[in-house]
Amino acid sequence: MTNTQAIAHQLAEVINRCSADYIEARLEESQTSYISYRGRELDSIGRASAIGGNVRAMVKGAWGFVSFNDFNELPGRVELAIKQAQFAGSEQSQLAPAEPVVDTSAIAQDKNPVVIPLAEKKQLLDEYNDIIWRTPKLQTSIIDYGDSYKTVIFLNSLGSYIEQDRADVTLRLSAIATEDNEVQQAGLSFGSRGDFSLIQGLHQPVGQMAQLAVELLSAPQVKGGEYTVVLDPVLAGVFAHEAFGHLSESDFVYENDRLRQIMTLGRRFGSNELNIVDNATIPGLRGSYKYDDEGVPATKTYLIREGKLVGRLHSRETAAKMKEKPTGNARAINYCYPPIVRMTNTYIEPGAASFDDLIGDIEEGIYVKNWYGGTTSMEMFTFSAGEAYMIRHGKLAEPLRPVVLTGNVFTTLMNIDGIGNDLQMNQGGGCGKREQIPLPVSNGSPHIRIRHCLVGGR
Amino acid sequence: MEQILAQAKRVAEEAEVFMVSAEETPVQFEANRLRHIQSKQSSYMALRIIRSGKIGYATATELGDSQNLVNAAVETAPFGMVAKFELPSLSIYPKIEVFDPKVESVSVKEMINLGEELIATVRGHTPDIVCDAGVSKAIISVHIINSRGGQANYKQSVFSLGIQGQLIRDTDMLFVGESESSCHPLTETGAIAGKVLQQLELAKNRASVPSKPLPVVFTPHGVASALILPLMIAFNGKTVLKGASPIGNRLGQMVFDDKLWLWDDPTLAYRPESRPCDDEGIPSQRTPLVQQGVVTNFLYDLQTAALAHTRSTGNGSRSRGGLPTPSPSAFIIKPGNTTFDEMVNDIKEGLVIEQLMGAEQGNILGGDFSGNVLLGYKVESGRIVGRVKDTMVSGNVYQLLKQITAIGSDARWVGGFLNTPSLYCPTLSVASK
Repeated sequence: MTNTQAIAHQLAEVINRCSADYIEARLEESQTSYISYRGRELDSIGRASAIGGNVRAMVKGAWGFVSFNDFNELPGRVELAIKQAQFAGSEQSQLAPAEPVVDTSAIAQDKNPVVIPLAEKKQLLDEYNDIIWRTPKLQTSIIDYGDSYKTVIFLNSLGSYIEQDRADVTLRLSAIATEDNEVQQAGLSFGSRGDFSLIQGLHQPVGQMAQLAVELLSAPQVKGGEYTVVLDPVLAGVFAHEAFGHLSESDFVYENDRLRQIMTLGRRFGSNELNIVDNATIPGLRGSYKYDDEGVPATKTYLIREGKLVGRLHSRETAAKMKEKPTGNARAINYCYPPIVRMTNTYIEPGAASFDDLIGDIEEGIYVKNWYGGTTSMEMFTFSAGEAYMIRHGKLAEPLRPVVLTGNVFTTLMNIDGIGNDLQMNQGGGCGKREQIPLPVSNGSPHIRIRHCLVGGR
Repeated sequence: MEQILAQAKRVAEEAEVFMVSAEETPVQFEANRLRHIQSKQSSYMALRIIRSGKIGYATATELGDSQNLVNAAVETAPFGMVAKFELPSLSIYPKIEVFDPKVESVSVKEMINLGEELIATVRGHTPDIVCDAGVSKAIISVHIINSRGGQANYKQSVFSLGIQGQLIRDTDMLFVGESESSCHPLTETGAIAGKVLQQLELAKNRASVPSKPLPVVFTPHGVASALILPLMIAFNGKTVLKGASPIGNRLGQMVFDDKLWLWDDPTLAYRPESRPCDDEGIPSQRTPLVQQGVVTNFLYDLQTAALAHTRSTGNGSRSRGGLPTPSPSAFIIKPGNTTFDEMVNDIKEGLVIEQLMGAEQGNILGGDFSGNVLLGYKVESGRIVGRVKDTMVSGNVYQLLKQITAIGSDARWVGGFLNTPSLYCPTLSVASK
């Protein structure tokens, strides 16, 4: 028995003796390594290990939560969580029913990338950095590589005991070009569920990225206004995540009557061709898992089917309050935080159009690729493209400076009038909500076309 | 800590142990009701060594296992940067007050009362608004020791209070909010509530803007959400060292409007961003960055300063447990003498920007920003006439701050890391539906 398993058994006994409407505990053990470059030289390299846990208790509809990495006084921590919940609680506790689960088979599923020798990782990054630096007019580079391997033990007062692991690899590269006090940059993000080989062999895209940064120095900035835009699968995935995904997270909705009225199941958000899915059950993706952080099995959930709102993402509490089924979307970034409703792998399902179908009849429009980022206020969202080109007379034309696009969820989804046949999942993203950032997720989509999209510019 | 340092010294020329521990109690209200009371204890230890002239680094939360920490640091050292700096020996630190024992003794009940009072005031004004609020207290202890006899210890208290409101009418959503933090306990909710009520009043009516360049007033929140991040990156000594800062080779030159003064200041008493020393044990100082529009300094940690042949400004920071890297503590923009109303009165047709969404997503190194006006108001003939929506603005921080029409007298803290007045700029590109 490992140290954390022993602590988990101790905690289980304490929880059995205590009285609350519901109690759960999570224990985590993690290892991390990271390497970063700022310019030609390696800037930092390090290793980290962490171990910690938490207890969450519900009494009369309110939560107490205690997190710690000092394992002395475990009974006291459990009592504190219960006391806090008692202090805050004043109504009926509501949690959707969940079966007790005892499962330790989800452990040792992932490859542990942390144990790969640092020399091997550095060798690969050196190759990428050399490619960037070989590009003329290039000023500098930024490379951030990180990997982690984490085991989590979950237990609750229903009798659940689950062991799971999660491995993660992320690589972000930027090339920065300068000329006459003008600075332009281009970036790429990659990620995998611990599989180091998926970030190998990227020499060609890295070279193209460096070239793009230089080209942007002479590229014009688009004129601001409304355009027909075509999004590549990477950016369309970010769009699906920001424009609709967050709005389907029920913790925003469940206690907000006005929002509940807007988000009535059956409401039309897009055309019949539009289907948006969140699916934590696809093996090997960064957003996947067997059980969420409340011990609920992962599911595939249609959010939009044939253009209509058909589902949303739930924790046990939001599901109970909205009288719907839990979807297993309660996730916590680490032991310092309680789980909240999060996306997993979110994507727009493929349609029938080819890329040429999508751009062929556009007189003047913009083709946007790759992402810098995205954010949402639920009604309004913005997302930014790392690469952009004018579309003129149905053909790709001159490159543009990176553009930021914005939209309104209630009109922009309706303006999607073309969905490609080339679904791709992008593993390079991380999602932030409240203070919990970056949570491993993936996004995906085929190419899509949006009419009347507002683009910022000169 | 001493034991780890002793172990590390056996295998390395130099060593430094950094330890931070924190106890935090957040109380959270969701949808107008008390929902969470939390208690968070955390600590970690970081070991930096110089072995064969190179930097090795490792961190751990498990304080008992010191040999593993030393081994991990030793493993990384052969790949690490060549150390160009010397760890500080015993230093004299400025007396900067950042701990108030009264924070520790604020009861959870008192914290709940503050949150309830805030929500009640806002809902008293607008009954159908849905509010999330947070009240939090934290005590943080920092310890640093190194092999040159350097030693620093301090304790910090942080109390924060904030509210966010969401008002939905059909599919129209309005977001308002304000927060405050201090090393003293906060006992008054009036100022925060007042700001939120002001936002609600100004956003009552709707107005439309044309797509064209317009004069703009950035409120303190507007400055924080649209303009400050590119500057924080550009004044970072590491960005400068790598030649990626647009102002890196313009030290001593007039880059901004001569009304602009900007400095970094971790020495203000009882501010959560203040501390007697940085995360490498270098004494805190106030560093002028822009004086009368002229670029005067950049921010450095030990290693970056050594590489740039200058001295650390005491800005070594270990965000998320990484190696120290230059990072601003708190940016202060000097207030001017124009009131906010005077600025608005001066505008025939223009915008007031209170919150810009997505501005950090573009080419921030180059100073470009572009975002959706999440909260902003249309100005017509010197008066705010209503809230604008479906509106994007785009610009470049360096072009914008080269010519500032007026700097406000209304400086205040926003987002914890910035103290700024409103800035009135003659023209910004606006695109609207």
